[in-house]
Amino acid sequence: MLTIAIYIALVGVAASMIGIVIRVVKGPSAADRVVALDSLGISLIAMTGLFSMLLDSSVFLEVILLLGILAFIGTVAFSKYLEKGAIVDRERHK
Amino acid sequence: MIGAFFSVVTAIGLIRLPDLYTRTHAASKSATLGVMCILIGTLIFFLTEDGMFNSRIVLGIFFVLITAPVGGHLIARAAYNMGVKPAPETVVDDLADKEKHEKAKSRK
Repeated sequence: MLTIAIYIALVGVAASMIGIVIRVVKGPSAADRVVALDSLGISLIAMTGLFSMLLDSSVFLEVILLLGILAFIGTVAFSKYLEKGAIVDRERHK
Repeated sequence: MIGAFFSVVTAIGLIRLPDLYTRTHAASKSATLGVMCILIGTLIFFLTEDGMFNSRIVLGIFFVLITAPVGGHLIARAAYNMGVKPAPETVVDDLADKEKHEKAKSRK
């Protein structure tokens, strides 16, 4: 019963990932693609959680935390790049 | 199941909505909620199956809860400063009015 529910949820998350990939491919601006890639990372977290339930092992749970941190850092870096042209500022005082 | 439903809603919103800001709205909120539902499900699963309370999932839930809206905010602001135009149905653009006002004031 629970396995069937997990399978259905996996199919749903996979379908949503396909939709997000469509947005990544045809997004008109770069920020669109960044938003789509951020939510792609977040749905990858969901996939990892579902797979760790399916395989009944708790060794993937670090992966969840790590993917969350990496998605956030990537989004912040890209938004700084799009806004100012540089990720790490050289000049502190302007 | 609920989390997967919200993820599907996220994808539909990302495809259907007209401009970047509404897409950010769909992505950040419903994706966060969906992932949190799935992770809470994982927590309950391991709690009942193995009888162990997994603190890493709790940490993951809180991290996603804190950082996903912040990421959405950052990317929307970066897009606005890049000059991405909102959808043509937009009525009020307060930030542009404010910038115009400040520019006029500094010219004086």
